[in-house]
Amino acid sequence: MIIDHPLLGPRDSAEFTYMGDARLIDRPDPDAETAAQDFYEYGYLRDNPAGWHDELWFHEAGDRSWLVVTRNTLTHEISKVQLARDVARSRGRSK
Amino acid sequence: MLKSPAPISLIQRGTGFVHDLMPITALGGTEARIDAFDHVTIAENDGLALASVAARTGHEKPCHATLKKLLGAVPGPGKAVLHDPEAGFWMGPDQWMIGAPRDTHELLADQLTTLFGETASVTEQSGAWVCFDVTGPAMQDLCERLCAVPIRRMEAGDAQRTMIHQLGCFVIRRQDADHIRILGPRASAGSLHHALITAAHSTA
Repeated sequence: MIIDHPLLGPRDSAEFTYMGDARLIDRPDPDAETAAQDFYEYGYLRDNPAGWHDELWFHEAGDRSWLVVTRNTLTHEISKVQLARDVARSRGRSK
Repeated sequence: MLKSPAPISLIQRGTGFVHDLMPITALGGTEARIDAFDHVTIAENDGLALASVAARTGHEKPCHATLKKLLGAVPGPGKAVLHDPEAGFWMGPDQWMIGAPRDTHELLADQLTTLFGETASVTEQSGAWVCFDVTGPAMQDLCERLCAVPIRRMEAGDAQRTMIHQLGCFVIRRQDADHIRILGPRASAGSLHHALITAAHSTA
């Protein structure tokens, strides 16, 4: 499987480590009234889709950047690769 | 309690005693190690001062300006700027490694901290890396056995991070066509050296 790194171009997936569902970027608000339930779901509950899935990949043997990789879990086709920090900032996160 | 005679690690200087410490290279020698073969030479480079620079969020532009003043250009992704005396290469988004001769720039990190001010976070890296210069006609063959970088497609000034012998290393293609510089974790200098020597034997 080849991941087309937004900065470095096509790289073998062996250079990367899978770090989980990209929804981990959306950490719940700890001050919300439902924080306990929100963090329970954030920490433990995942969908397991047969199809398109946004995933976090860490370029461990490369530039150490975190990527959001949109991958089809049935075919391993990759349709989109973005820097995770760009995704996080586009959702209003500064860090 | 200190008993006399003083332990051999202490030597007298004037009226006091100081530790008798000998600087050693990453491979543990008193001089940098050189392994010369007919087809390739692997030389430990003990003369490098290193510091990393990471632009702080919101300060990217002034940080880039300072980098440009220092190196002549801002190294882009996968690139190095082979400038003298300071050189630098891209490590990741808004992160660079700066290197300079240790003789003249032993306090490189302090100098860069002053230079970049609030625009970047600077970390001393000299003690974290071992540097090997690989030269010779078989350099490309050796590099191919070592790691997955496309060495024959790389040009002078290309710098890539990759795995060598399970170690995260930087491979920098230098000005001379038969020269690569490899930076690896200093605590595993012996393992990296072993991998280089093994690759040298296999390309003989």
